[in-house]
Amino acid sequence: MAIREVLGIYKDLDSAVAAADALREAGFDRAEFEVLSNAPYPEGTFGEESGIHRLFVFPLIGACCGFAAGLLITGGTQLSFPLLTGGKPLLSIPPMIIIMYEGTMLGALIFTVLGVLFESRLPWIGKALYDTRITAGYIGILVRTAPERESLAISALRKANPEDVLTEGGSVGGTAPAAQ
Amino acid sequence: MQERHQLGEEAITRELFRPLVSTPAMMWVGFIGLGAVLAIFVFAVSWMFYWGLGVTGLHRPNMWGFMIVNFVFWIGISHAGVMISAILRLTQAEWRRPVTRAAEVMTIFSLMTAMLHPVIHTGRPWRTLYWVFPYDFWRNLWPDIRGPLVWDPSAILTYLTGSTLFLYTTIIPDMALARDRTTGWRHVLYSILALGWRGNERQWKMQTIAGFLLSGLILPVFVSVHSIVSWDFAVSLVPTWHATVFAPYFVIGAIHSGVSAVVTLMALMRWLFRFENYIRLEHFDSIGRLLIAVGTGWLWFFLLDIFFAIYPQEARELEIMQFRLFDWPFNVMTALIFIFGYFIPVPIWVFQRFRRNVKIMFWTSIAVNVGMWAERYWLIKPGLMRKYEWTFDWAWYRPSIVEISIVMGSFALVGFLLLVFSKIFPPISVWEEKEGVHFAQQLQVGKRRVNAIVREF
Repeated sequence: MAIREVLGIYKDLDSAVAAADALREAGFDRAEFEVLSNAPYPEGTFGEESGIHRLFVFPLIGACCGFAAGLLITGGTQLSFPLLTGGKPLLSIPPMIIIMYEGTMLGALIFTVLGVLFESRLPWIGKALYDTRITAGYIGILVRTAPERESLAISALRKANPEDVLTEGGSVGGTAPAAQ
Repeated sequence: MQERHQLGEEAITRELFRPLVSTPAMMWVGFIGLGAVLAIFVFAVSWMFYWGLGVTGLHRPNMWGFMIVNFVFWIGISHAGVMISAILRLTQAEWRRPVTRAAEVMTIFSLMTAMLHPVIHTGRPWRTLYWVFPYDFWRNLWPDIRGPLVWDPSAILTYLTGSTLFLYTTIIPDMALARDRTTGWRHVLYSILALGWRGNERQWKMQTIAGFLLSGLILPVFVSVHSIVSWDFAVSLVPTWHATVFAPYFVIGAIHSGVSAVVTLMALMRWLFRFENYIRLEHFDSIGRLLIAVGTGWLWFFLLDIFFAIYPQEARELEIMQFRLFDWPFNVMTALIFIFGYFIPVPIWVFQRFRRNVKIMFWTSIAVNVGMWAERYWLIKPGLMRKYEWTFDWAWYRPSIVEISIVMGSFALVGFLLLVFSKIFPPISVWEEKEGVHFAQQLQVGKRRVNAIVREF
């Protein structure tokens, strides 16, 4: 089923919150719209979010991979070419721990960043309605809905005094056109 | 205490993007001046490559000289950057906002500069790189992981990778802002770096969690790196190097010099980019208080190192320590370390009116790093400048003009890279400043109107 996008642009936080409420009152589910802003707001500013994520798993996986790589580099290289030096044990634990520790941390760091990108859905190369005013301080409310509910979304967004309302066809204005 | 001026979002963007769109005269002076010193650096390094290490003051048994001292110094500088950023993020300290980006960038450029030194120090770096990269899987000949010279690059590369990822993750929202405001090659560059960032709730949530997670992960790495650098010396049998106190001593020394370097950088950014609204006196005040604690901690470890060398009454340790404390030029250097590293700056920082004076903070932070560079030289060189058993040729170490040029050039390199960075990327995190504005409040407490920050617990 085709999905249509409608983007409401709001000058201030209160209007954006009012728009989110208007959308909910019009029967839109929270998962059907998202809020775009140029800085983070506390969780729940625009109502309950569907915020399930698995970011905390990524550093753990990374740490395990890094530890394994560290073990392979230290233990594996020494066992593959056994070279006894000064009567010391072949597998020398203290230096192995140093390399394995660094490997563990490196794996955790890399996987955390990968996790952040994955959970943020970045890089985003798809097309989505966007307006550069958002990074200038405006707040955008992007509704993704079925084509038959597009006009309902537009009227809900207009209730909260938007600066502008954009659809895939272009701007439809912040206020409804006067009746003829 | 927050002395924040009431600034609109547009004003914040305009002011923080100013270095990207305009180049003040002093910035040109910086580019030309640092570029000239950098040219001398390149010439000196090329000269050394062409003629060999004979053009330096290195000889048996002084095989480590200015370049290794400088390596340790820059590793130290790199430490406080990410440490400050990570600790302030974890504790949600409000004054972190204008400091974190510059501190993180300084970490990366200092680390890169530091890494350059052991490589060029070999005299034939292409051969070094040939033997190190790629890891030789074909002949099953592996570097011996029991040597600290393998631990060292593993720690530094981990730290460099982590710091770069840390910086990049936090810079993505600003890249989106730059993308939306630029055209031409800049637009293409920022679009690529922004990765399609749109600023939805999920992305901001991940950004916030990433700040905590990466801070928590990078802090142990930061402690490990300078510990491991200290083991380059401490696991050897050279008198005065062979000390168990070296790891924490190096870490606290790195924090002392690094936090001071952050103060230097803050003052320069405030003057050069006219960031008075962002890098405020309260920030110097806070970091000055931190420096008192760090500086005193460093002094304790400095004294411990001397005590530990004297206490066992081992002849070789005592000889070197006597050489360090009473013989020219190390006696002067000892005084220099004490005076510049502690006794000038710390008593000054005790007074709030001095902590809130940018010029005084700038010059005291420079003094600390003069003292700390001397401290690294004082730590590394005397142990080597002695006659070893069964070694019959030994002499005093005198750095050559080539080594002096390399040391000067390393400062120019870091400065030049920082200037180039601030021409391409905002040197203060714009989104974090705006976040601060969103949460800024004024509260009436009795008869006083207090600037405050609303924070979620």
